[in-house]
Amino acid sequence: MIEITGLTKRYGSHTVLDNIDFTVESGSIVAVVGRSGAGKSTLFRCVNLLERPTSGTVRVDGQELTHLSRGELRVARRAIGTVFQSANLLRRLTAAQNVALPLRFLGLTEEEIHKRVRELLDRVGMLHRANHYPGQLSGGQRQRIGIARGLATQPSVLLADEATSGLDPETTGSILRLLTGLRDDLAVTIVVITHEMDVVRSVADVVAHLDHGRIVEFGRVGDVVRRSDSTLSTALLPDQPAPRPPAGEVVWQLRYQEAAVDPSWLSRISRELDTDIALLSGLVETVGGDHAGRLTVRIGAHLAEDKVVHAFAAHGIHARMAQAAGELAGVPS
Amino acid sequence: MTTHVLALGTPWSGVPALVLPAFGQTAEMVGIVMAIVVLVGGPLGLLIFNTSPRGLAPQPRVNAVVSWFANLGRSLPFLVLMAAIIPFTQLVVGTTIGLKAAIIPMSLAGIPFFARLMENAIREVPRELLDVGVASGASRWQIIRSIQLTEGLPGIAAGLTLNMIAMIEYSAIAGAIGAGGLGYLAVNDGYEQFDGTIMISCIALLILVVQVIQFTGDRVVRSLLH
Ligand SMILES: Nc1ncnc2c1ncn2[C@@H]1O[C@H](COP(=O)(O)OP(=O)(O)O)[C@@H](O)[C@H]1O
Ligand SMILES: [Mg+2]
Repeated sequence: MIEITGLTKRYGSHTVLDNIDFTVESGSIVAVVGRSGAGKSTLFRCVNLLERPTSGTVRVDGQELTHLSRGELRVARRAIGTVFQSANLLRRLTAAQNVALPLRFLGLTEEEIHKRVRELLDRVGMLHRANHYPGQLSGGQRQRIGIARGLATQPSVLLADEATSGLDPETTGSILRLLTGLRDDLAVTIVVITHEMDVVRSVADVVAHLDHGRIVEFGRVGDVVRRSDSTLSTALLPDQPAPRPPAGEVVWQLRYQEAAVDPSWLSRISRELDTDIALLSGLVETVGGDHAGRLTVRIGAHLAEDKVVHAFAAHGIHARMAQAAGELAGVPS
Repeated sequence: MTTHVLALGTPWSGVPALVLPAFGQTAEMVGIVMAIVVLVGGPLGLLIFNTSPRGLAPQPRVNAVVSWFANLGRSLPFLVLMAAIIPFTQLVVGTTIGLKAAIIPMSLAGIPFFARLMENAIREVPRELLDVGVASGASRWQIIRSIQLTEGLPGIAAGLTLNMIAMIEYSAIAGAIGAGGLGYLAVNDGYEQFDGTIMISCIALLILVVQVIQFTGDRVVRSLLH
């Protein structure tokens, strides 16, 4: 469990993190998203005290880190695994030697180290690359080795800064399955820093949106996706562009508003309104265990607006007429 | 105005008897000095880097003082340094001529030189790799050993090569205080006694030695990079 209170970090007069309060429950994955320069990496570096906060406290599993002595902090850091952007492997060490590094620091015997390293490489599916040097591995393979190294000291918390940035979707998928596996099998608390919304949708339980050093939005991913007035929600499930409707038809933007929407809503509402509903585009998926969806549909213009809104609302769907010209593809805005 | 005319003096068959012992003296001088330079200059280079703002334990004052001394040692031409510290040399080794006397100024010149080369090699190790050590709970000493020295090794090997070649050059200058070696032989017999055979042999051997060191050094550096 990670508890951050009043965390502020300044470089000179430049406030990079501004009074951040933030809790991550044990065994959950939290995604921290935000634009480049928002302070994500600084937050990451403050959690394991690579960067000393200007003020505020950082607790990991109940232990407050900012007051520890150098020696105590060294011990505490072993409970925090760190996965760096672009893996940060030592070029002159093999994959196995890289993974062994934290165990060497810990002073384990060669025998113990050998055994642990094999287990770790096996977990990340890299046993067959144990004696390869980083220069001989692909980006995704290096990242797996980086994760194995982050897990070497059996941490209860894993921090990953942009662990999937620059990887292809397939490799990203395999890294993310690895992370969810860690959460589910080992109850590791994971903080994923990313700017990729796909990553948030597919693995995160909780999402925090960092902007100019403040957390501007926070919540369970399933809840955030259903918010109507949220930039994060739109970023997670973008509105689908719709073609310009023919005369007498109107385009509607739909968003699932409840966690459980009956998937047969389309035919049901069609029957209730006694009209055809044309499905133009849409994205429906399970996010954080809940149904989430954003779609555009086309309905005859003869129906009263509030009648349509009510019909959809009865099925847990928020409906809005796509009026702004920019929302319709092919219309210059 | 005197002109020295090089004439073939020593017959070629007599060259090895003169040149080989000189080569041995050069090797001894450079070998001893390199050992001192690495043992003192190496840690000094680590100290300079790690007390700098980017290092493991930034100490601006310590860094300024140590850097200043290192620069001082490098700013004097070797010949001037050698002459300037004669009293110090006398104090330490009890003589101002010969091999023992040459080792003192050569080490004093070599140590700051190697310290800078060491510092540069360690500086080349990406900062993020130090973070890996800190984040996994390593002590400073563990980070120096397992990360800085391990990852910096190719750069350190390149520095050693450069340093060794510089020490061969210094050993020739130190020949002037009777330290012996190839440089001394070339100047004393080859130049002053107009012995062309010796001059040519010494030059050829010096070129060969430097080339071999550079070639071997480059090979070692390449084999250390994966
Ligand atoms: N060591 C530092 N010194 C000064 N400014 C820094 C330092 N590290 C980061 N910053 C500044 O903090 C801001 C946030 O950086 P960062 O945390 O890396 O953002 P992100 O990871 O979200 O892209 C940037 O404006 C950056 O310039
Ligand atoms: Mg960043």
